[in-house]
Amino acid sequence: MKLLCLLALLLVSTGVSAQTIKIGELNSYKVFPAFLEPYKKGMELALEEINRAGGVNGRKLELVSRDDGGNPGDAVRVAEELITRENVALLTGTFASNIGLAVSNLAAQRKIVFIAAEPLTDKMVWENGNRYTFRLRASTYMQTAMLIPEAVKLKKVRWAIVYPNYEYGQSATASFKKLLAKAQPGVQFVAEQAPPLGKIDAGAVVQALIDAKPEAIFSSLFAADLQKFVREGNLRGLFKNTSVFNLLGGEPEYLDPLKDETPEGWWVTGYPWSEIRTPAHQKFLDAYRKRWNDYPRLGSVVGYAAIYSAANAIRKAGGTDTEKLIAALKGLEMDTPFGPIVYRAHDHQSTMGAYVGQLSARGGKGRMVNWRFADGANFLPPFEEVRILRKE
Amino acid sequence: MSYSSILIQFLNGLASASSLFLVAAGLSLIFGVTRIVNFAHGSLYMLGMYLAVWLAERVGFWAAVPLAAAIVALFGSVVEISLLRRIYKAPELLQLLATFALLLVIKDAALWIWGPEDLLGPRAPGFTGAVGIAGGAFPQYELLLIVLGPVVFVFLQLILSKTRWGILVRAATQDREMASALGVNQRWLFTGVFVLGALLAGLGGALQVPREPANLMVDLTVISDAFVVVVVGGLGSIPGAFLAALLIAEIKAFCIGLGFSEATLVMEFMVMAAVLVLRPWGLLGRMPAEARGAGTAQQPLARPSPRLLRMLVALVAALALVPLASGGYTLVLLTDVLIFALFAVSLHFIMGPAGLYSFGHAAYFGLGAYAAGILFLQGKMPMELALALAPLAAGFGALVFGWFCVRLSGVYSAMLTLAFAQIVWSAAFQWDALTGGSNGIVGIWPAPWLASKTAYYFLTLLFCALGISFLWKAIYSPFGYALRAGRDSPLRADAIGIDVRAAQWAAFAIAGLAAGISGALYAFSKGSISPEAMGIQRSVDGLVMVMLGGIQTLTGPVWGAALYTWLQDAAARNIDYWRALVGIVILALVLAVPQGLGTLVQGRK
Amino acid sequence: MSVLAVNGLSKAFGGVRAVSGVSFAVDAGELLAMIGPNGAGKSTCFNMINGQLAPDSGSIELEGKSLVGKAPREICRSGVGRTFQVTATFGSMTVRENVQLALLSHARAQGSLFSSMEESFLDEAHKLLQQVGMREQADRQCALLAYGDLKRVELAVALASRPRLLLMDEPTAGMAPAERGALMQLAAGLARGEKIAVLFTEHDMDVVFGHADRVIVLADGELIAEGSPTEVRANAQVRSVYLGGEYGDA
Repeated sequence: MKLLCLLALLLVSTGVSAQTIKIGELNSYKVFPAFLEPYKKGMELALEEINRAGGVNGRKLELVSRDDGGNPGDAVRVAEELITRENVALLTGTFASNIGLAVSNLAAQRKIVFIAAEPLTDKMVWENGNRYTFRLRASTYMQTAMLIPEAVKLKKVRWAIVYPNYEYGQSATASFKKLLAKAQPGVQFVAEQAPPLGKIDAGAVVQALIDAKPEAIFSSLFAADLQKFVREGNLRGLFKNTSVFNLLGGEPEYLDPLKDETPEGWWVTGYPWSEIRTPAHQKFLDAYRKRWNDYPRLGSVVGYAAIYSAANAIRKAGGTDTEKLIAALKGLEMDTPFGPIVYRAHDHQSTMGAYVGQLSARGGKGRMVNWRFADGANFLPPFEEVRILRKE
Repeated sequence: MSYSSILIQFLNGLASASSLFLVAAGLSLIFGVTRIVNFAHGSLYMLGMYLAVWLAERVGFWAAVPLAAAIVALFGSVVEISLLRRIYKAPELLQLLATFALLLVIKDAALWIWGPEDLLGPRAPGFTGAVGIAGGAFPQYELLLIVLGPVVFVFLQLILSKTRWGILVRAATQDREMASALGVNQRWLFTGVFVLGALLAGLGGALQVPREPANLMVDLTVISDAFVVVVVGGLGSIPGAFLAALLIAEIKAFCIGLGFSEATLVMEFMVMAAVLVLRPWGLLGRMPAEARGAGTAQQPLARPSPRLLRMLVALVAALALVPLASGGYTLVLLTDVLIFALFAVSLHFIMGPAGLYSFGHAAYFGLGAYAAGILFLQGKMPMELALALAPLAAGFGALVFGWFCVRLSGVYSAMLTLAFAQIVWSAAFQWDALTGGSNGIVGIWPAPWLASKTAYYFLTLLFCALGISFLWKAIYSPFGYALRAGRDSPLRADAIGIDVRAAQWAAFAIAGLAAGISGALYAFSKGSISPEAMGIQRSVDGLVMVMLGGIQTLTGPVWGAALYTWLQDAAARNIDYWRALVGIVILALVLAVPQGLGTLVQGRK
Repeated sequence: MSVLAVNGLSKAFGGVRAVSGVSFAVDAGELLAMIGPNGAGKSTCFNMINGQLAPDSGSIELEGKSLVGKAPREICRSGVGRTFQVTATFGSMTVRENVQLALLSHARAQGSLFSSMEESFLDEAHKLLQQVGMREQADRQCALLAYGDLKRVELAVALASRPRLLLMDEPTAGMAPAERGALMQLAAGLARGEKIAVLFTEHDMDVVFGHADRVIVLADGELIAEGSPTEVRANAQVRSVYLGGEYGDA
């Protein structure tokens, strides 16, 4: 009897899951919790909205979320589990570049669509791009390019660079040097500091930068490294007569902990969530606050848009067939809290933009001022360049 | 560099040295007396940081510092009395496993209590500004730190040389057995030392608050720095720790000052490798007193009973039948389990019979994996050939590093293996052209006939079963006995004509080769390889597997690898706080079966 | 020819002469005891012969071949067996395995990866254990043995390498008086039977005078007396050196 009940239960449960469409998601929740907890909340909000509206093609979406253990080997195993055991329609997620690339590589091998939500590495859609992988966020290259117009305007000659010593910092630095040198011939890069990620020796780094007497600094530090750098730089007067550009510095995840020490006037990419007045964002903001009783971080937007990307692709494809999903994602147009985006057909990069502005401390809190939205579409290299990179 | 910037970088080095010294001094004391390799020392430091930030909002920064240190000390006493005290008699290094589990639990607890975001604490009232030094601005607080480090150092030296308790601590550091023979109440001495160490860690963390936000990564970065300082200085030597902290902090400050900031990624490990090669017991350390008496005798490695052998054969047969019953993910997970089983057995081969600890075994796993990837993609070799040749790279690496490592013993040798592993890791991390840098190498897939999960599973099963049985057979060959002889009594081994170092060296190379096989299998099963594969975490995983299984058992590492891999997979899938769960399960196992899972299988002789 | 011939052996530590100009020889099948008060230079002398210390001058020859400059392991290989003041055996192995490994090492097969230890030199090991009276305990783990039994195992291990010279450092130290005689009886019997030269140091004068064929006496680093136990016992210089010392107690 018991056995029968169990069997019945099993049938019912598989029956239920047969009606839902599973989206497989994996991320390094324990390694980057500051970014990924809001991200998860964003995903869940999107999922609830979609299902409340009746799901996709009449079927509910189900999110199967996993911790990828923070290393590519485990991430690949987790992705295999999502593919084979959970039979997910597609994969999404990942944070660090190396994990994103490993999963993208697996996606190509196992022939399943992967929407890389957060990894910034340019290689994801260019050098290592494959036909199964799409990327939502504005890449390192794009966000760096967004800062270039402001950097050029300053007409500073002596630039110093500081970046965390791994792929993201390295490629941000390389892109910045290349783009700035092209836009402003004669620019000099007088110092480069590459502290290990999470282990910046801020006092020594700041002093070394002071010694180089730069007129401007380009930094791609974030999280604890950024906070240490800001504090030491403030104390030692590095920023007094120096313009600073900091990639990602305006993202609430990294800006909020700075509180009243937020440096004035830094140019950053980020997310001024409290000041964006577009209807799309207002709707998202209200829903998010109502659901979580908290304000959104950038991660929230990424998670939210990632789930909508998946849902829209499935809707457009009319099912979960991989080839149809690829066809649907190529050129998929959709709305996000940041406005409309397109997944470019030829390199699978979405045109999701970012906000560029300056930092300012008001009332003990850091915020972005003088900001504008930079549409990602305007900061991507032309098709021909991309085609060469993708080896197509 | 101008004179003024040289001066300021020197001061920067001094300030960093002070904060490094605070955390290293506690670790050194604890190791010196209790011989515990306290993996959770960085976690105590992290607790000190979080507590100080949290308390500073309530009682002000200066009251928060001693309070945070005191709470951490109290926590340390609870840990020592309720956990560590139960396992002092257990096999060496088991405490390492327990404190590693503690690290996992504390990390998740901190996440649960204080949330995921970094907490930037206040600046220290009275020391918020900067003073002009040599034309530059230097933070007042850093000056305070520069003074505080030596103050704590002198204070510790006074305690250790002038108080009865301190003299006992020093006696126990130099010769534990002698101290206990003198009627020292070891229990309370150990507790006292652990509490003092925890206090120093908490203090170090609290004092760091004005310089660094409290964050969840800090435990691991601090513990590796602190270990290096302790070993470079000489285990158990407080002046040594002070000197080493100074040396490493200054070298780093000047690396940055001179524009070689990339080098700081592994600078401390390079310093450690150099010091250990030139001065095997650290700068101011002494050769540890030889352990005496029957208490140090190792457990015998019982020959597997016919029943156990039959069971193992049946297990392999059952594993070979798995693809009939279940496809997909079971095979993926089992492939991982098999690969890690071979990895753990290869580590056990040098840790168990040879008595050589390795904290850097991931280097050989990683060398095998990277060699596979490089031969396959850059060398354009067929997958089969790349898989066959890759382990040789690992074996060669082990041959080179092993030559140095077998010249040391105990924790010093272990730390040298770690230093080498970190150097290899950083090479993989930085050598973009060859290794793909931090992204690693992608696109390492098996040949078409092995591409299916089932085929690759069979390949893995074959290689791992062969590799493991070879290593196990070797343990009971004359060579394996010669290794054990060198471990049990180097004096006697020498007197019957066994070249202990040569045997250990050969064992190192064999273990490296086997780890390389597991690494190469891993690379082709994942399709990619990146520096994490040879990071500290992978080495620690190996240690955890061996210790869980039981270092003095034969089959233990296999069970340890299976349980740990499965546990991580299952826990991570089912609960958010999976790290804490893994930690708690390990703690429970450590207390329940201190000799390891292997003993449950083969029984005790 | 003597098995061991020591000539003019000298060693100084930082200007302090520990051993100076010591010469003696041991013949096959002969038990030579080296005695002297603490600090007389016995250990230094012993450690120069077994290779742990390098002499400043003098020669040490085993059957005409110099041992000077050789590592302990090489000295063992050239035919010198040793027992230690505190027994050194392989605690995690059984008694039999201890002897088997020594036999394997003597046959230079200790590095073999592919043979099985279980079958190696089984008969020889049993024979040796029979000789020292440990055949019944062959399967016991060494770490669990009584101290006297451990000494016997060590003797068997030392004999396994077919030594022509056996160096025994304080062979009866730490043993109950009743067991001492038995162990020395055993060692002496084996040495004489196998024509092995034995050099031993010893504090227990009953052991020395009961079992040694000849005795040499060191004091302040110099050889002050040499002869049969009876001669040495009667030597006035020896008596004065030991006055109030151990001899008086013995």
